Amino acid sequence: MLKVTIDGQTIEVPEGTTILQAARMLGPEVAPPAMCYYSTLETSGGYCRTCIVKVTKGSEKDPRPMPKPVASCRTMVMDGMEVQNKTSPELLEARKGVVEFLLANHPLDCPVCDQAGECHLQDLSFEHGAESTRYEFERRTFEKIDIGPNVQLHMTRCILCYRCVKVADQLTPGRSHGVLNRGDASEISTYIEKSIDNEFSGNVIDVCPVGALTDKTFRFKNRVWFTKPMDAHRECDKCSGKVALWFKGADVLRVTGRKDAFGEVEEFICNTCRFEKKDAADWKIEGPRVIDHKSVISSNHYLANNQVPDFAFREVADYKAIEDKPVQPVPAQNQLNN
Amino acid sequence: MSKKLLLKHDHEPGIQTYEVYRKHGGYASVEKALKTMTPEAVVEEVKKSGLRGRGGAGFPTGMKWSFLAKPEGVPRYLVCNADESEPGTFKDRYLMSRIPHYLIEGMITSSFALGANTSYIYVRGEYYYVIAILEKAIKEAYAAGWLGKNILGTGFDHDMYVQPGGGAYICGEETALLESLEGKRGNPRIKPPFPAVKGLWGCPTVVNNVETIAAVVPIVNDGGEAYAAIGIGKSTGTKLISASGHINKPGVYEIELGLPVEEFINSDEYCGGVWKGRKLKAVVAGGSSVPVLPADLIMKTAAGEPRLMSYESLADGGFASGTMLGSGGFIVMDETASVVKNLWTFARFYHHESCGQCSPCREGTGWMEKVLHKIVHGHGEMKDIDLLWDLQRKIEGNTICPLGDAAAWPVASAIRHFRSEFEEMINSHAVEHA
Repeated sequence: MLKVTIDGQTIEVPEGTTILQAARMLGPEVAPPAMCYYSTLETSGGYCRTCIVKVTKGSEKDPRPMPKPVASCRTMVMDGMEVQNKTSPELLEARKGVVEFLLANHPLDCPVCDQAGECHLQDLSFEHGAESTRYEFERRTFEKIDIGPNVQLHMTRCILCYRCVKVADQLTPGRSHGVLNRGDASEISTYIEKSIDNEFSGNVIDVCPVGALTDKTFRFKNRVWFTKPMDAHRECDKCSGKVALWFKGADVLRVTGRKDAFGEVEEFICNTCRFEKKDAADWKIEGPRVIDHKSVISSNHYLANNQVPDFAFREVADYKAIEDKPVQPVPAQNQLNN
Repeated sequence: MSKKLLLKHDHEPGIQTYEVYRKHGGYASVEKALKTMTPEAVVEEVKKSGLRGRGGAGFPTGMKWSFLAKPEGVPRYLVCNADESEPGTFKDRYLMSRIPHYLIEGMITSSFALGANTSYIYVRGEYYYVIAILEKAIKEAYAAGWLGKNILGTGFDHDMYVQPGGGAYICGEETALLESLEGKRGNPRIKPPFPAVKGLWGCPTVVNNVETIAAVVPIVNDGGEAYAAIGIGKSTGTKLISASGHINKPGVYEIELGLPVEEFINSDEYCGGVWKGRKLKAVVAGGSSVPVLPADLIMKTAAGEPRLMSYESLADGGFASGTMLGSGGFIVMDETASVVKNLWTFARFYHHESCGQCSPCREGTGWMEKVLHKIVHGHGEMKDIDLLWDLQRKIEGNTICPLGDAAAWPVASAIRHFRSEFEEMINSHAVEHA
């Protein structure tokens, strides 16, 4: 086991653990934000630079500090390593710079974006960004592209995290999805708009940290914070069938994977479950889902008295419209406190 | 005349061909290494020579070689980085097109030292005629028995291939080069693992610049100590300098490291002085990426010592008053040149060449270019100077590969040493528009 200290908190982790993973073990308050790293996607991470940390002591053996900030998602823990995240003002300033770069060409169309409320860029800019932009030039825009019948790519919002490219590479055979062009003209493409025709292609929506890849069956149906998440499952021959259903009244507006405190799905789900089972009768409801991820909306940054709203934590009894369904009032286990 | 190693015979008629090259002592290092030395002994000589990477970073070559992992049953590769694309740098082109066999000889000797049976020369795509020259030379080397199976009857097999690049500056970064060589998009890899452990096709690989590999030839021929005796301090040997800009004699010069900068600029043996009798304004000493220095700081260090053409002397004073030897792209600007306009040109280059993988470089290079465009075209405001300073600071050190640093340093140094020029440009336009 290797000992690592992050912002003054020490933890022992097995060899091969990254600084980010170690920080996540300590809890979401300690963990640096990550926009491109996704633990279940190989070779993900390293691109967005939001998870940078300052290594003030390399290891017990070689205590020299690292000269530059490192991407915590791709840097392995060494025994005796000491890391600064939120305790280093310089580091926070550098991260603020990264956030500013990510937002430089972002359209900030949150009022009409389906991702708002569960958008990691929104949360990131709220926590680590500046109040206003210094970018005064025309922003980069792209035409919207359909990726198959159910997914829409809105490249203008993309931050090029490459997660969807990794999904296409690792989850779906016969990749026809990648990045075209270079520099700030780079764009996610399915190579001349060829759709990814695959049973697991819908997962690109779940991994997208922003509103660049959205579920066409849900587009403009509702704001996510007005819908109620319930854990549910069904017998599925393609995937585990374990999903989160998002209700408005008695209607299932959308189906997603179950996301943890870091916004990562527990299991990838198939397109049949995601797009075709929109009837509550298709599912066995387990109970209301606790949303661990603290978003701008759920942390209620918008309320003056700082009260935490309970839209995601309501009693099962509130879901009057689904009373006739066999609801088992077992709260989903909190990922972190178990 | 100072000591010449690489360009000793560059003006011999027909030196491009195998016969003439061989007549002038060509391939002696291969003979010596394969017949009389062990691979370890060759590595030892390179270590002794103090040779440092000539591509820009100046990392000790012998040390880089000794990092090469040697797992059983896994092939190892030598890759020559001939993707010379740094603005102001054209030394490798000259060497490869003038004396192609010099590189090939160095490749074979180095491959023997590293135990590589296959090597690649990754050439910048725009150098299409150089590729033709190299391919012809490789053919000649095969015909003469320097390449192929059982070279000189020693049992050492070696094959060499030339691979044209697709025209991207970023592929000069060693891991992006390997990606491109594998047929993928030329994006730099996240390190570690380093190529010495996991390089080309996941195998241990050494990537060296053309000039570095060529320098192995005299090191093996004359011994590492003889090479280390040339130069000054830790800057051993000779270096090719591509001199360009406002000088009387632009061109590629081989200098002994430690030559005073003043002599290099003014001597008739080299640049021949600033052209048209004008005054020197600034010098970019090592290719577009390194900090620009004003005339007084390039001639003398901040401490008043004469500045020398060496890794240490040029870096003296850090970035506050120094620069870097870099790739040896020596760009001279006379008193009529505009540092700000020149910077805009560099910024356009880095914006165009950013691979787009990581956010600070992808967005930051474009942003800096736009701000500079605004200033150069008469719409600048004083706050733009501070904005540029802040942007470069937030790019530097926060990117996957050094392209971000390379884009940030010219901006930082131009503001540091020529801030008044930015202000004048902004003010004069402000007056015009009033």
